[in-house]
Amino acid sequence: MAIVCKSPAELEKMHQAGLIVWGALNKMREMVRPGVSTKELDEFAEAYTAQRHARPAFKGYRGYPGSVCTSINEEVVHGIPSASRKLKEGDILSMDFGVELNGYFGDAALTVPVGKISPQREKLLRVTRESLDRAIEKVRVGNRLGDVSAAVQRFVEENGFSVVREFVGHGIGTKMHEEPQVPNYGSPGVGPRLQEGLVLAIEPMVNAGGPAVRILDDDWTAVTLDASDSAHFEHTVAVTSSGPWILTRPRDVTGSCW
Amino acid sequence: MAKRPLPEKKKPGEGSGKEDAIEVMATVIEPLPNAMFRVELENKHQVLAHISGKMRKNFIRILAGDRVAVELSPYDLTRGRIVYRYK
Repeated sequence: MAIVCKSPAELEKMHQAGLIVWGALNKMREMVRPGVSTKELDEFAEAYTAQRHARPAFKGYRGYPGSVCTSINEEVVHGIPSASRKLKEGDILSMDFGVELNGYFGDAALTVPVGKISPQREKLLRVTRESLDRAIEKVRVGNRLGDVSAAVQRFVEENGFSVVREFVGHGIGTKMHEEPQVPNYGSPGVGPRLQEGLVLAIEPMVNAGGPAVRILDDDWTAVTLDASDSAHFEHTVAVTSSGPWILTRPRDVTGSCW
Repeated sequence: MAKRPLPEKKKPGEGSGKEDAIEVMATVIEPLPNAMFRVELENKHQVLAHISGKMRKNFIRILAGDRVAVELSPYDLTRGRIVYRYK
């Protein structure tokens, strides 16, 4: 399948979808505290999205049962929200959320601390977030996809963590997953050139231990093989002539991606 | 939501992509005309196997005594297709 570039009007539509994602994730972030179940976050996101006449993009995607992916500690991605799964002090929680609005998609994720967390977990979150910052910085006309991937890998591995291979970021637009795949590892200078209008969901998934993951029996939840912690940050980013444009946050927000 | 990429490219010996075939190890007994071989499976059955198009295209030579991977059709277990020659 070919890589599809979007017109400025389409980018604006994707931005509208992205703002709902951003709004929901920020509200959920405020809800996160010990004792809250992941199902509560899921229900909130669903209601928030419905009020804005959008649709949660994950619900029903290949049979996924939730609206949000909530992945705690050693869970890498795609944790299914559950009423019995309650957050505990010291946990780290990854929340991944996407919506469809008027036929266009937005997709973003972040990992947040529950109460006070250990310095190691602090560092994992900081490094993962910064690896996304560095990847977004590479989203410029004329760069190659490998530059983006390599930026994540280099920074993560310099800090003694590892990047997950089994899951990748993706192009996004009128479908949630479009071409190209955006791995979080690779070599600079290889892969397709980035052109104006290309939109990528860049999502470093970083493990504190080894890179290996396995999928639990629910067929969704990915956990680290060595049970080490894992963090996940994501934004939907467009290539524009004036540099990267993060579609999943308001234009007037600047600085670090999350 | 992170994408789970499609399954990786086939490794050598992982089959010719034809569905439903049973892949087994075998040893070549004797070469026959028309790129056919009589091979002996690990269960001592002897079957007539021809060489896969991909291997023929790439001039993979097969001699008596070579270890090979053979795909058997579930419909006719007396014939097979050689899909890989082990070094």
